[in-house]
Amino acid sequence: MSSIAEATIDEICVVACAEAFRGDGEILCNPIGTVPIVGGRLARATFEPDLVYTDTVAVLPANNFPVGDPDAPKVVESWVPYRTVFDIVWSGKRHVLMGASQIDQWGNQNIAAIGDFRQPKAQLLGLRGAPGNLVNHTTSYWVPNHSTRSFVASVDVVSGPGYDRMRELGSPSNRFHDVRRVVSNLGVFDFQTDDNRMRIASVHPGVTVEQVLEATAFELAGTDDVVETRLPTDEELHLIREVLDPTGARKAEFR
Amino acid sequence: MWAGSQARAIVAAMVDKRMTEDEVVSELKDGMTIGIGGWGSRRKPMSLVRAILRSDLKDLTVVAYGGPDIGLLCAAGKLRRAVYGFVSLDSIPLEPHFRQARQSGAIEFTELDEGAFYLGLLAAAHRVPFYPTRAGLGSDMLTMNPELRTVTSPYDDGEELVAIPAFKLDAALIHMNRADAAGNGQFLGPDLYFDDLFAMAADKTYMSTEKIVPTESLLDEGSVHTLRIQRIFTDGVVEAPRGAHFTECPPDYGRDEAFQREYAATARDPEAWEAFRATYLEAPSHADYLKALEARS
Repeated sequence: MSSIAEATIDEICVVACAEAFRGDGEILCNPIGTVPIVGGRLARATFEPDLVYTDTVAVLPANNFPVGDPDAPKVVESWVPYRTVFDIVWSGKRHVLMGASQIDQWGNQNIAAIGDFRQPKAQLLGLRGAPGNLVNHTTSYWVPNHSTRSFVASVDVVSGPGYDRMRELGSPSNRFHDVRRVVSNLGVFDFQTDDNRMRIASVHPGVTVEQVLEATAFELAGTDDVVETRLPTDEELHLIREVLDPTGARKAEFR
Repeated sequence: MWAGSQARAIVAAMVDKRMTEDEVVSELKDGMTIGIGGWGSRRKPMSLVRAILRSDLKDLTVVAYGGPDIGLLCAAGKLRRAVYGFVSLDSIPLEPHFRQARQSGAIEFTELDEGAFYLGLLAAAHRVPFYPTRAGLGSDMLTMNPELRTVTSPYDDGEELVAIPAFKLDAALIHMNRADAAGNGQFLGPDLYFDDLFAMAADKTYMSTEKIVPTESLLDEGSVHTLRIQRIFTDGVVEAPRGAHFTECPPDYGRDEAFQREYAATARDPEAWEAFRATYLEAPSHADYLKALEARS
């Protein structure tokens, strides 16, 4: 059974990221960031064996291999230069799990800039692929530092549009939009409410609902009868620690 | 199947497009729109970028999946506008000189979704005014770029899409692993990126290369699938060994991470920038730059 005393927060978050891909079947699993990447590889190594995933360079490896080791042996099953990645984005056969510097109650994501985009206080990564991802295929988010600075009332720039923007846009343009879940260091969140406002899906073991509410600058739904995020199984802990991330690179995202 | 060196005798005499970095720059003018190939800190034509840095060129618009090319041009005050899908050093997620230029308002900018950017190149390459995409609907990409328009599908679905305008380029600069003197280019690494589209989208394309080889040797190191730059789209070929340094150019060499860190640190330190500029950017030729690199170790 689960090793409750042993699993640490980074491992719980890896499993919560892996769970984002449950049910996806044969699509491109495209996590960005260390915890998401370990999570994506874990999903494929366990309950979603049909997923394909990128090596973040230009091929799809068919084997399990560790993060942060460019020399790890790869069994190559296909070639996906960036042009092909964009083609896959537009085909819809992809689920991206990426970061969000800011996210609001509708799931609007900002990775572009803090302040006015014309001359930002802080230039961040930019829009990157977020605008295209959100209107073409499933998206999930990973926020390692849940606070009122990341879970905000209103984002400064919308890189990845959320449910309010999609409602405004309407059909048919919104038909591929699906923000599956948000994983933070405090809990798991989704948009399965009547009006697609963010709700608490689970809190991580040891975290209280009050802690989550205090660290969130908007009203969260689903505060009654909150369940705990599931713990990693022994097999998952083994895969995370021995196979997918033996150097513990995932821990660096928690600061 | 494909004749190699045994066919030497029957290769017809082809045009010789060899030139130097400074000869390339002498064909560029103030205010031009210049596309730069590669991706982030990967296979950038850095010897050509440095030749622009030491020239009098100004008010340039650069179109790129940006890396240190855009960063250096920002730092040297050469840019009026940057058009990009992102500007990153890969191992350093945000280009520090670009960050500074954005935060100080030093440059105008056109920031697009990464995939939408590909369509701007593709439209220019195909000489159509735009390509439609769903990317951008609902996000602030349209707010940030009020000149972007949407189109309505002429078919029964009537779907509204973003029309990404063609990136018409006055010139393009790309770097290939191998090329012949006639301007056929070859990539030997894992990804061509969008260099073929840059070449097709530009009025003039200048290609630097690690090594110029005889045409009949082009298949010695890679399969026919690696011959992705055709000479009908190139106007000049510059032999520049380590010409992409400090960006990566596999399989010839990886990224010089130590050098990149030193470059990145100059964004926070004007004195360090001056020293970097004097040592590496004022080197009068690529050969002198390589000597300065050698002196580091």
